[in-house]
Amino acid sequence: MNNLLHVSSSPHVRDKVTTKNLMFDVAIAMIPASLYGIWQFGIYTALVIVATVAACVLSEYVWEKGMHKPITITDGSAVVTGMILALNMPPEIPLWIPVLGGVFAIIVVKQLFGGLGQNFMNPALAARCFLLISFAGFMNNFSSAKLGFDSVSGATPLAAMRAGNEVDLAAMIVGKIPGTIGEVSVIALLIGAVYMLVRKVISPRIPLIYIGTVAVFVFLFGGFDLTYTISQICAGGLIFGAFFMATDYVTSPITKKGQIIYGILLGVLTGIFRLWGGSPEGVSYAIILGNLFMPMIEKMTLPKAFGKEGK
Amino acid sequence: MGLATFKGGVHPYEGKELSASKPVQMLMPKGELVFPLSQHIGAPANPLVKKGDQVLAGQIIAEAGGFISANVICSVSGTVKAVEPRRVANGAMVNSIVVENDGEYRTIEGLGSDRDYTALSKEEIRQIVKDAGIVGLGGAGFPTHVKLTPKEDAKIDYVIVNGAECEPYLTSDYRLMLEEPEKLIGGLKVVLQLFENAKGVIGIEDNKPEAIAKLTELVKNEPKISVCPLKTKYPQGGERSLIYAVTGRKVNSSMLPADAGCIVDNVDTVISIYMAVCKTTPLMRKIITVTGDAVAEPQNFHVKLGTNYEEILEAAGGFKTEPEKIINGGPMMGQAMFDLHVPVMKNSSALTCMSKDEVAASAPTPCIRCGRCVSVCPSNIVPVLMMKAAERNDAESFEKLNGMECVECGSCAFICPAKRPLTQAFKEMRKVVAANRRKK
Repeated sequence: MNNLLHVSSSPHVRDKVTTKNLMFDVAIAMIPASLYGIWQFGIYTALVIVATVAACVLSEYVWEKGMHKPITITDGSAVVTGMILALNMPPEIPLWIPVLGGVFAIIVVKQLFGGLGQNFMNPALAARCFLLISFAGFMNNFSSAKLGFDSVSGATPLAAMRAGNEVDLAAMIVGKIPGTIGEVSVIALLIGAVYMLVRKVISPRIPLIYIGTVAVFVFLFGGFDLTYTISQICAGGLIFGAFFMATDYVTSPITKKGQIIYGILLGVLTGIFRLWGGSPEGVSYAIILGNLFMPMIEKMTLPKAFGKEGK
Repeated sequence: MGLATFKGGVHPYEGKELSASKPVQMLMPKGELVFPLSQHIGAPANPLVKKGDQVLAGQIIAEAGGFISANVICSVSGTVKAVEPRRVANGAMVNSIVVENDGEYRTIEGLGSDRDYTALSKEEIRQIVKDAGIVGLGGAGFPTHVKLTPKEDAKIDYVIVNGAECEPYLTSDYRLMLEEPEKLIGGLKVVLQLFENAKGVIGIEDNKPEAIAKLTELVKNEPKISVCPLKTKYPQGGERSLIYAVTGRKVNSSMLPADAGCIVDNVDTVISIYMAVCKTTPLMRKIITVTGDAVAEPQNFHVKLGTNYEEILEAAGGFKTEPEKIINGGPMMGQAMFDLHVPVMKNSSALTCMSKDEVAASAPTPCIRCGRCVSVCPSNIVPVLMMKAAERNDAESFEKLNGMECVECGSCAFICPAKRPLTQAFKEMRKVVAANRRKK
């Protein structure tokens, strides 16, 4: 008993789950969608993913080094941002665009607002919207030589539905359609989603309510057509967005009721943007707007303390 | 329908297998015994003896210093060596009566004689409990005679015995339920005599099936007493969680359990009531679990109050590895100790010795708002936002966020993936808010 004992306030034990575990679980959950994208669109898309992740991690390192802050690149959050951004890119995007997006996501959206946990928008989505507005031509070109889609024939199912054309539902579920690298295969995305649910990384509350609201919205306002409704759910970035982006801890409400309201809000916004917006897709903008409402939703939905429900 | 429980909670490593199967061993003290005058919530007791006095086991050596206070009983016979400040387990210096043990264990007259509780009036029972120095032995140390004196006896319809023992590593209540179940039921019957409209419920977590089986068997012919198995989940033994699990009633920080018609007492408290009322034996002992991966032979001891912790550790074979952290109590709510040269008090329950300190091993990182703290909080409040208020030292916001409903159970800090010291910050803020309230 010569050594000094540690003294601290209780509790003296900690759960095994760390921020790092959670981040890498999200990254692992995106692997099926990434692999499908690479297999379908070709090896170049692997390069896009690697370059985007590298841009995110490097810009975080350089910023923190320059600002004399602790280096936090090993926590996995920059990797997740990079993967989400990359999977939101068209398959033949010039590399400099996602790289620029990665730098924007980390420096402008995340670090300028105080780093991990402080960003008011999902960094990857904010960067995607920045790129969509700035480089609309590149970002909306879903042609893929390997898949045999050019810029003319390669209309995404959402664009085709907008134009009143029929779409192939089975191809959408497997992913044999034009689109961004990671959003095309519903099956691959759901494998990742189940992984996150089983590992209790996310709760099903936001994604299910979000997707459900979109379904109800497009059914009511899209002509009471069941096939059309299912196609809308499987098309575009809804599944990807609902499970991987709307569930982002930092930018979604923590209260149960708040999560329900948030899911409904995202669903309604997505429905409006898709049915009547300027572009056939609206998931990214819906989530970004939802992010901005998050603090207000949270404040309005604080739970009543145990034993004080009546007051 | 699952087992009775509450919303929220966590599942820390239980660690009970280290000592659960070890029968309680009697440990006789060697040297001096120290009796702090403040081993309970409320006013310190006033000493009735001075240096040089001869004292006997069972003698009241300090009497309650107010309504919310408790007597201190000598656990051995010998000579009063000093009345002076001594260090206690939480690190404070507390005025204490120091007794040199003569090793003869001479007792006061009548100690241990049988008494028929059914012939006693309510007032007599309460007076016996008060004289015996009994306080809540689960750790809170609230004087039991005060708890047993609610505004209206007739409004109490539940007497709940807390046998949850949800704190990891602790096995003392479990051993008592297995080894002295008749005393437990006897004590409960004494309490039920005070509350004519009440039924007795013994709540036990389902990780103690032997205790549940044994007590269920023993109460099968007791119409007013039942055993309620509880889901194993921390903090199931928290008073508010337990009341909710057993009765479905909710108690908040501005209520007493009696406001919800409940009296809750820990297993050891109820046994102590039995001993005082039926066996004329005041509170002189505690069951202490010595445990943790740094202890050579983890086990449970029957210890005389005032015994030095160092003697108990020695009896458990000392350390097998160098400990990094030693806790008075269990890892969720116990206090870290820097000195083992302190006495066993009424609210002592365990000595948990850890070879590794998990807290020091994991540095806090930024909050990612994952919401885990919100989902585990048994008080249904929002630790993540309370922490932001605490970081700003904003007592007003903290209070508005219902920070005073926090029971300091530690679930939020346990579950936090960013390893943030949530509970620790809340304890500080709650002191600030309480101090501000007193000023008003």
